[in-house]
Amino acid sequence: MQSRIYNKGIYTVIELRGELDESCAAGVRRQLDEELAGKQVANNVLFDMRGVPFMDSTGIGMLLGRYKLLKQAGKNMFITNVGPQLDRVLNTVGIYTIMRKVSV
Amino acid sequence: MNCAENMFSMRLSALSENESFARSAVAAFCLPLDPTLEEINDIKTAVSEAVTNCVVHAYNGAKDKYIDMTVHIDARLNKVSISVKDEGCGIPDVKKALEPFFTTKADEERSGMGFTIMRTFTDCLQVKSEEGKGTEVSMTKFIRGASDACARRNAGIDRACEER
Repeated sequence: MQSRIYNKGIYTVIELRGELDESCAAGVRRQLDEELAGKQVANNVLFDMRGVPFMDSTGIGMLLGRYKLLKQAGKNMFITNVGPQLDRVLNTVGIYTIMRKVSV
Repeated sequence: MNCAENMFSMRLSALSENESFARSAVAAFCLPLDPTLEEINDIKTAVSEAVTNCVVHAYNGAKDKYIDMTVHIDARLNKVSISVKDEGCGIPDVKKALEPFFTTKADEERSGMGFTIMRTFTDCLQVKSEEGKGTEVSMTKFIRGASDACARRNAGIDRACEER
């Protein structure tokens, strides 16, 4: 799985690419935390899931973990470009109650 | 030739790298039932959860461990049956494990939603487990229609799980 982080408008955008499951979750987590620590992060962090065709509950755990860290740092977390499989998983878990789905 | 019933089984090393193959293989095998994209995604997701449980929980990342999967499709009943079996540590309290958000590994950022997703994305979920021996997760999904009959079956199986 690949990731790219950049600032755009009011957001720091985290773009993920690839399937998100147990085989890559730990690596993604480490990579994002390292990159975010060395960056000027906006108050609003947006996960762009356009390049993620599949995610399971391991991915949910990764997103929730980032949510907790960002919240501690006083940041808001949003999610966008969610495909049908991700949407069903995220809805099942009720994740949109804590990170809003936005269209940008 | 159009076979009414078909099955395959495979033994996989319990490695997270095999999750993608496992879910894709099962999804591909179900294609003769002409599932919708949503149904295919549901099957892939449920399989991914079951295999993750074997790797992360049953074997706790140990090497040289195996997962046995069997998939059976029945075109007359539009039914897919999937069994995912390990010889790992087993689950001491299956009822508890099936509760949403229950996890034994909260420190690893686990969501505790694996079984909830399996249950939601399939029509029937059954978990047989014995401590020190292993776990077998059986899932059934009906491809289009038959949902009423399945809901009744599912209710019965849920009760059976709770009694275990």
